[in-house]
Amino acid sequence: MAARDPYEVLGVKKDATDEEIRRVYRNLAKKHHPDLNPGNKQAEVRFKEIAAAYDLLSDKEKRARYDRGEIDSSGAEKPRAYSYQDFAEGAAGRKYRGGEGVSPEDLEDLFGFFSHGAEGRRGGGTIRMRGADRRYGLTIEFLDAVNGGKQRLELEPGKSLDVAIPPGVRDGQVLRLSGQGGPGIGGAPHGDALIEIHIVPHPLFRRDGDDIRLDLPVTLAEAALGGRVTVPTPTGAVAMTIPPHANTGTTLRLRGKGVGGRGDMLVTLKVALPDKADPELDSFLKEWAAKHPYNPREGLPT
Amino acid sequence: MIAFEAVLREVRGLEAGELERWIEARWVLPERVAQGYMFHEIDVARLHLIVELRRDLLIDEDSIPIILNLLDQIYALRNRLRAITAAIETLPAEMQELLRAQLKD
Repeated sequence: MAARDPYEVLGVKKDATDEEIRRVYRNLAKKHHPDLNPGNKQAEVRFKEIAAAYDLLSDKEKRARYDRGEIDSSGAEKPRAYSYQDFAEGAAGRKYRGGEGVSPEDLEDLFGFFSHGAEGRRGGGTIRMRGADRRYGLTIEFLDAVNGGKQRLELEPGKSLDVAIPPGVRDGQVLRLSGQGGPGIGGAPHGDALIEIHIVPHPLFRRDGDDIRLDLPVTLAEAALGGRVTVPTPTGAVAMTIPPHANTGTTLRLRGKGVGGRGDMLVTLKVALPDKADPELDSFLKEWAAKHPYNPREGLPT
Repeated sequence: MIAFEAVLREVRGLEAGELERWIEARWVLPERVAQGYMFHEIDVARLHLIVELRRDLLIDEDSIPIILNLLDQIYALRNRLRAITAAIETLPAEMQELLRAQLKD
């Protein structure tokens, strides 16, 4: 597709100054910005054209090359990096649609015909229609997702719901609460509330299916000689035995300490040297290394 | 979902002080969690939009709430209209025809 002359697109003369071009672009963009013109395909197409023209003419070098006829204006169109519109039109847009400016009562009033006329009769039979499902998002902490429990969800200002979180719920899982959606028509049942769960990542624990992974720092002595250490788990701290000759990367399993008692806890050891330099350890290692050389990098490409 | 610091990296030209002010003004509604704020994709897209309005279109900060407010109303109304259209499509054909005739001009 041959792109139009960028000067023509912006409606400026060939000798327009940079400032003029900027000003014209700004005015056109205010009018045609796609997020300010939801659903208006024409505005979207026009904005892309304006942005591409501005992109070319606001770059001194590109503009000079275009003026000399070295490049044409095609291919300058770049996809937009984000589209607020796409999100605002979707389920995620709910929280902003209910913003300060829009009171649900106003909308009810405006569309009152549809809510009050709902009991209307036609052809002798009453209309019965199940209520619409409504979608919500609910963000919960990692441990609440693992252990389950009740979480309060605000459906709309002044109306909240206690949602029972099943232990082991997954990120992105949708819970269906029957009868908590929109009202039905003509005595038909309410729709359902569909609640998409978002889980906040935990600073220590990671989910791996029903297992939970944890990186556990251990001392040099604990790794080499073994010992008892305390390990945090989602249901509280437990004692764990480290076998002698463990190493960084050694993974130990705590049975039944995973998600909902089904999975396990997988503890991967990380040998941690003392924070501060330790002359005694240094001198011991010097002597020891000389007597016991070994190469952990054997087999790595050099 | 991403945290405060990640948003600042993601949205070029956005400064921490600004973001705090905009949260305070409820221009953007991240979720409050124990560690601070969590932002959904829509919040990040909204921040991109505000930054673009401020920086590229030189709209001053006082005017932004007017734009956001009207924009939110448009999206709410569009949403409502879509719901009504969907409801109309479930009606018998002759009723749809009747409505179409009523709305013709």
